[in-house]
Amino acid sequence: MEPEHRDQPHLPGPTVYPIGFAAGVATLLVGLVVSPTVIAPIGGAIAMPAPATAPAVPADVGEAAMPPPAPGERFARSRFLEGATLGLGGVIGGVVTVPVLGMALGPAFGKQGKHRVDLGSIDNFPQGDWEIAHFFLHPDEGEVTRRTAYIRYNGLLSGKPSFTIISNRCAHLGCPVQPNGPSFPDQTKNFGTGGGQEVTLIKMLPAGGFGCPCHGGQYDTEGNRTAGPPVRSLDRYEYAIDNGHLILGKTYSVAHVDGTGSTAVIHRYGLAGPGQHIDGWEQIFYPLQPPH
Amino acid sequence: MAIATRTRKSPRRERLEAAVNYPIDWLEERSGLIGGIRYFLFRKVPGDTNWFHTLGSATLTAFLVQAVTGVILAMYYKPEPKTAYASIQHITNDVTLGWLVRGMHKWGASVFIILMFFHMARVFLFGAYKYPRELNWIIGVMLLVIGMLEGFTGYLLPWDQTAYWATIVGINLNGTAPFLGPYIAQFLRGGAEIGPDTLARFYSMHMLLIPGAIFALIGLHLYLVVRLGVSSPPWSKEAAGADWVEEQEVSTDGRRAGLTRPVPRNYVRGQRGDSA
Ligand code: HEM
Ligand code: FES
Repeated sequence: MEPEHRDQPHLPGPTVYPIGFAAGVATLLVGLVVSPTVIAPIGGAIAMPAPATAPAVPADVGEAAMPPPAPGERFARSRFLEGATLGLGGVIGGVVTVPVLGMALGPAFGKQGKHRVDLGSIDNFPQGDWEIAHFFLHPDEGEVTRRTAYIRYNGLLSGKPSFTIISNRCAHLGCPVQPNGPSFPDQTKNFGTGGGQEVTLIKMLPAGGFGCPCHGGQYDTEGNRTAGPPVRSLDRYEYAIDNGHLILGKTYSVAHVDGTGSTAVIHRYGLAGPGQHIDGWEQIFYPLQPPH
Repeated sequence: MAIATRTRKSPRRERLEAAVNYPIDWLEERSGLIGGIRYFLFRKVPGDTNWFHTLGSATLTAFLVQAVTGVILAMYYKPEPKTAYASIQHITNDVTLGWLVRGMHKWGASVFIILMFFHMARVFLFGAYKYPRELNWIIGVMLLVIGMLEGFTGYLLPWDQTAYWATIVGINLNGTAPFLGPYIAQFLRGGAEIGPDTLARFYSMHMLLIPGAIFALIGLHLYLVVRLGVSSPPWSKEAAGADWVEEQEVSTDGRRAGLTRPVPRNYVRGQRGDSA
């Protein structure tokens, strides 16, 4: 049934004021650029006149739009609209949230990434000597990927060259450990090995092993912890010999090392962050590692 | 008759008042904003509040200073490993008043954190965290945590040796958390190795994510302060549970007020009859 209208005009009557106002402001802005003295005031004049405002009608005068619902009464349409709002809102929220969270959290599950660092000919590493090696994990990303390893050539082990390659990342919280002993900057070798890779080798003599400047962690020359807060040995690099060149691969974590040099027995684990236990009972706290 | 003449306004003054009131009335009629401001600012506070109650507003001021100076710094800062350090040097040495704005942001960061702790100490020592204000304490703890996260993410941005190694240690510290630690560290680094993505994501968290959350939580925090009213100091004679509780027994909604509920708005000091 058609609702009954009393023949009462809406007050104030319809007006083109909003359009005039918009046109006036637009003219004013254009005028400010092209002709501040002529067009701009015209625009202002168009925008100025305010519409007539009718006196407000008190709420208790006039007709109610709809009888108020009886207490507890709900219309099918209102229930539908509520469900539609919640449902559609949920879908839209999900559609936005999933990719956003995925993009933000994705790296947490990312891999260590492959790198293959060419450190040049193994002839640069005299047997029994230590070298500080600076290189880039990803030469194209520049300085931030510069890493340092401590390298000793152990001679041949059943016909193959054997290296001890220790990462300088402290096993406590990741500061750069330093050799406890002199280094010889005058015996520095700098060379490129292709692909933007710049290698620096500095001869050193870590007679007292390695020490960390941050909280005093100490390690012997095999990277075993001897004192301080670190929870395990220093990490090491995988390596391969390719065409007489020393190639660094992934890093891996080490619980401890028995023996020294080419015959050392390395208790090796997947890469774990500094400070994370990989053996002993505390390892139960780190059951899962991002893939490596 | 001096009073009568003083209350009669000159036509000039009336016109002036009309001119001042017109825009305010216009706004109020269309938005109710003025009422909101009155609700927020013109509320009753206990008569014996003291300077310690200003520590919250001091913290708020410190945060607003950080927000404003941070926005300006962001106009000159370049969050890229190759440019970050140089852009900070540029801000400090070349940009007009850059040294000052950077200094305000840098020192203000510590001021903000210290004031948060002072404010927290005041709330704790006054027992102001008790019912019904526990929720505000909880929101406060969240503010404290993300406030410090804000400091942590900001510390990396100068991209100098201190920043870099402190962040390495900080990320690895998170990495030692049981079970989730390794994933949290990877999340913060944006991968297995610290690199360009680490700086970019720290910058994004520092200038967008965390400040947004802090603004939202401060809004909730202040809403609760206004809704619940500010508590009296512990030595107050007006302390909750004093003799006037009896008189406050019935509040507008018929439930007991005073001990646990904010005092009704129409409560007038001195009504209880024991002061005099
Ligand atoms: C961004 C940081 C913060 C800001 C801007 C802030 C602001 C404020 C302001 C303006 C007040 C009004 C009363 C007063 O100033 O003392 C207040 C009250 C309060 N704040 Fe905070 N606050 C912050 C952090 C905290 C923290 C870290 C805690 C505790 C963990 C906390 C707990 C409380 C409580 C319980 C009250 C109610 C006190 C009462 O009613 O007497 N707030 N806050
Ligand atoms: S980071 Fe090396 S001892 Fe703490």
